Amino acid sequence: MTWVRKHLVLILGLLVLVYTFIPIFVVVLMSFNDPASRLIYRFDGFTLHNWANPCEDPSMCEALGRSIQIGLLSTLGATILGTLAAFALVRHSFRGRSVANLVIFLPMAAPEIVLGSSLLALFVGAGFAGQLGFWTILIAHIMFCLSFVVVTVRSRLAGMTDTLEQAAADLYATPAQTFWRVTFPLVFPGILGAALLSFSLSFDDFIITNLNAGNTTTFPMYVWGVAQRGVPMQVNVVGTVMFLVSVVIVVGGELNSRRRAKALS
Amino acid sequence: MSQVVEAAASEGPSDGPGEQLADPATYDGLALRALTKHFGSFYAVRDLDLDVPRGSFFALLGPSGCGKTTTLRMVAGLETPSSGAITLSGKDITYAKPYQRPVNTVFQNYALFPHLDIFENVAFGLRRRKQKDVDKTVREMLELVELDTQARKKPAQLSGGQQQRVALGRALINNPEVLLLDEPLGALDLKLRRSMQIEIKRIQTEVGRTFIHVTHDQEEAMTMADTVAVMNHGVIEQMGAPAELYENPRSTFVANFLGQSNLIEGNIKNRAADIVTVDMHGIDVSIPAPRAHAPGDRGWVGIRPEKVLIGEVGEELDAPGNTIPGGVVSDVSFVGVSTQYLVRMPWGQELQVFSQNTGRHRLFAVGDQVELSWRPEYAFLLDAAQDAFAGAQKLDSDG
Amino acid sequence: MASTAGTAPVAVTDIKETKDASGRRRGRVGYLLLLPAVIWLGLFFVVPFYSLVATSLFDPSGSDSRGYEMTYHVANYWNAIQDYKGPLLRSLLYAGIATGICLVLGYVLAYAIAFKAGRWKNLMLVLVIAPFFTSFLVRTLSWKLILADDGFVVDALQTLHLLGDDGRLLATPVAVVAGLTYNFLPFMVLPLFASIDKIDHRLIEASGDLYANPIVGFFRVTWPLSLPGVVSGTLLTFIPSAGDYINAQLLGSPNQRMVGSVIQSLFTDANNYPAAAALSMILMLLVLVMVLLFVRRAGTEELL
Repeated sequence: MTWVRKHLVLILGLLVLVYTFIPIFVVVLMSFNDPASRLIYRFDGFTLHNWANPCEDPSMCEALGRSIQIGLLSTLGATILGTLAAFALVRHSFRGRSVANLVIFLPMAAPEIVLGSSLLALFVGAGFAGQLGFWTILIAHIMFCLSFVVVTVRSRLAGMTDTLEQAAADLYATPAQTFWRVTFPLVFPGILGAALLSFSLSFDDFIITNLNAGNTTTFPMYVWGVAQRGVPMQVNVVGTVMFLVSVVIVVGGELNSRRRAKALS
Repeated sequence: MSQVVEAAASEGPSDGPGEQLADPATYDGLALRALTKHFGSFYAVRDLDLDVPRGSFFALLGPSGCGKTTTLRMVAGLETPSSGAITLSGKDITYAKPYQRPVNTVFQNYALFPHLDIFENVAFGLRRRKQKDVDKTVREMLELVELDTQARKKPAQLSGGQQQRVALGRALINNPEVLLLDEPLGALDLKLRRSMQIEIKRIQTEVGRTFIHVTHDQEEAMTMADTVAVMNHGVIEQMGAPAELYENPRSTFVANFLGQSNLIEGNIKNRAADIVTVDMHGIDVSIPAPRAHAPGDRGWVGIRPEKVLIGEVGEELDAPGNTIPGGVVSDVSFVGVSTQYLVRMPWGQELQVFSQNTGRHRLFAVGDQVELSWRPEYAFLLDAAQDAFAGAQKLDSDG
Repeated sequence: MASTAGTAPVAVTDIKETKDASGRRRGRVGYLLLLPAVIWLGLFFVVPFYSLVATSLFDPSGSDSRGYEMTYHVANYWNAIQDYKGPLLRSLLYAGIATGICLVLGYVLAYAIAFKAGRWKNLMLVLVIAPFFTSFLVRTLSWKLILADDGFVVDALQTLHLLGDDGRLLATPVAVVAGLTYNFLPFMVLPLFASIDKIDHRLIEASGDLYANPIVGFFRVTWPLSLPGVVSGTLLTFIPSAGDYINAQLLGSPNQRMVGSVIQSLFTDANNYPAAAALSMILMLLVLVMVLLFVRRAGTEELL
């Protein structure tokens, strides 16, 4: 009993953690489901069919491919623009800094529906209502990922004193050498984290995308559509794979840093 | 070297520490001329003149905010002077970029590159300058700083003392004309600091380069450096060999910042060629003329606590000076090798007395009547216009 | 001890000395680096926002094909509030409740990770994030299964007589709030963790030493020190929840729509752009007011 009391907070915390995994468990389980009917969403029997035929509904794989493509492109765009801006904000002084900060902060404070509807208002107002699709989605995704990249890279940069760069200059490194040999390698983990975040934000976005997609379908939009008329179990295969990939990435990173920490002792 | 010491030894309050300065164009050491750095209206360094002879171990000593770090950073090229000039071996380097000058720095918290191993940290400067034989040179340097077995470890895997040696090796390997050390031992614990002091001194002797060491720790400066410059409020208060600074301070700041001093108010009665006589609360004390640095008719008579002798009322003390009667012991701290007394004098001031526990006389207790005395050649006389507490350790700061 | 007291001021003045001079570089490079991002956000965030404001004031009798006329029709706002005060209030209410539950759950989890997880700290943190890399919609769909009428949760609640025999969870506000809570939990946990993790554990021990029992100690020491995390976590949870309609649509009942859903359908199905824009602006203004009040109240500027 005293043991429970002593560890009460930890036990409660672990329970919350377990709670966050309940839907994941369902997703994995349902990926092996052999549904009796498309319209009833419940576990009826075990099968490997969904894993063997992931693209049974070709439109799902098409939407998935498009989401990955948009995710990669918007990650690339947002990471480059955001990293440059983060460097400017941390390392350079200029006028209008507070305005720049506000413009970067606000997209994160606005509900997605507001961001999406204002973009749509612009596209419609500018006469692009008929051209909504891949490119408008990409524009929107770079826009809302950008702020998150700036914030992530900025916090990494801000935590870094410029002493190391001074040390490099003191040791005969030119400004360019200092950047590529010292600054960039040290900021890189932050940039990588920002890129991963961007990708997952872009890949997962529904509300903004749905308003600006026209007839183009991304994976979340596909899921939304089938949610009304019967979900193919392959959706859960995709969910499971996404979960596994992210676990491999984050746990891999964690093990890597742990191994490094172990070498210290 | 001798020039500097002479400059410091010359007396009189008006002369700056570097009055007999070398010609920067021909001087083979580091010369700072009228160097000034201000941030807005705050002057971190003001009109600083300084010669640092080639091959010397030079310490810039002062409390935090005195401008010593700014001076160092200007020499390193990390800070641009507001005005003035820096020359090294006759070459003007005032505005040279840090990577263009033969000066290297051991940074305060070492600033080791966390993503590079020890070997690559040390090799960094060589690689930037495309030197040959990097491998061999780095091995030799790692041997010098006794880290040859740690070459492939990352900085975070080393102890504080080892990191400090990496920082030293990383700077020294470039054969800088001047090596700058910015509070290099500040992050180490006391015991390690002592051994690193000896270690750095050994390395300096071995490589024979000019070392400029910035520190706020007077003991560290005195142990390591052959010349110490005491800085305060952006200017050099006094410069010289450690023993000389300690024995013959020329300002209340130096008297208090280096060790401790009793400063007693007095009126100057007579200035002879070799002796200045001062009336100190009714008692005449004499001070050798070279040790008198007070221009007016009043001054602070200074005496180090360990130079003050304490005895029973009427006891003959082994000092040919005057005996000052009427002291009452107000505090006693027994510290083993010595006993530290506070003695309240008739004029109300408490004087510090450090008495070696030689067994010559008993331990005094609080309330005992005592007499004090000192040899005139240990006393010094300072400008009455200066603050008697300048540079004194405050209660909450370190010792 | 004494030496630490002495070295601290050195560091402070040295920082001051370098910051003023070389901490941030002046010149054009800064502008050049910032420019691409600012242009992008200007074109696709600021300008759209302006056109949202403009659209919200258009003459509502216009249409997509006939075009709209700018008439500064402020009545769009009153009409939107009149017509959709149900969804608006429902959104705020659901989001508020979900944020409150998130705060409790998130605080327990963040506290456990920061102070109790020991060497498992990083791993636990990773585990908090991991589930949320799985598609939002797929996760929400699986809640549909969990809360289904013949699912184990409903069965269990019925067995315990917490729910009537014909009671259900799906298509009720409970399901919507549960979905919101679940989906936005990490937005609460991460800032809370960042704040709690910074608290010096000795302060809590000190409060114990000074006769505070653990509960008093928590409310007098831990909670105030974690306020920055509470504020940013609350905002990061509340804002997206208030605008969300995925949970309401997938887990709730069709006649209990949230405001996001209304805006979406006004835009895409009804093509009533002025009303949609006005409603969107109302939501944004409500959120902004809340952000300002909150930031003011907590006195924290460093939100993120």
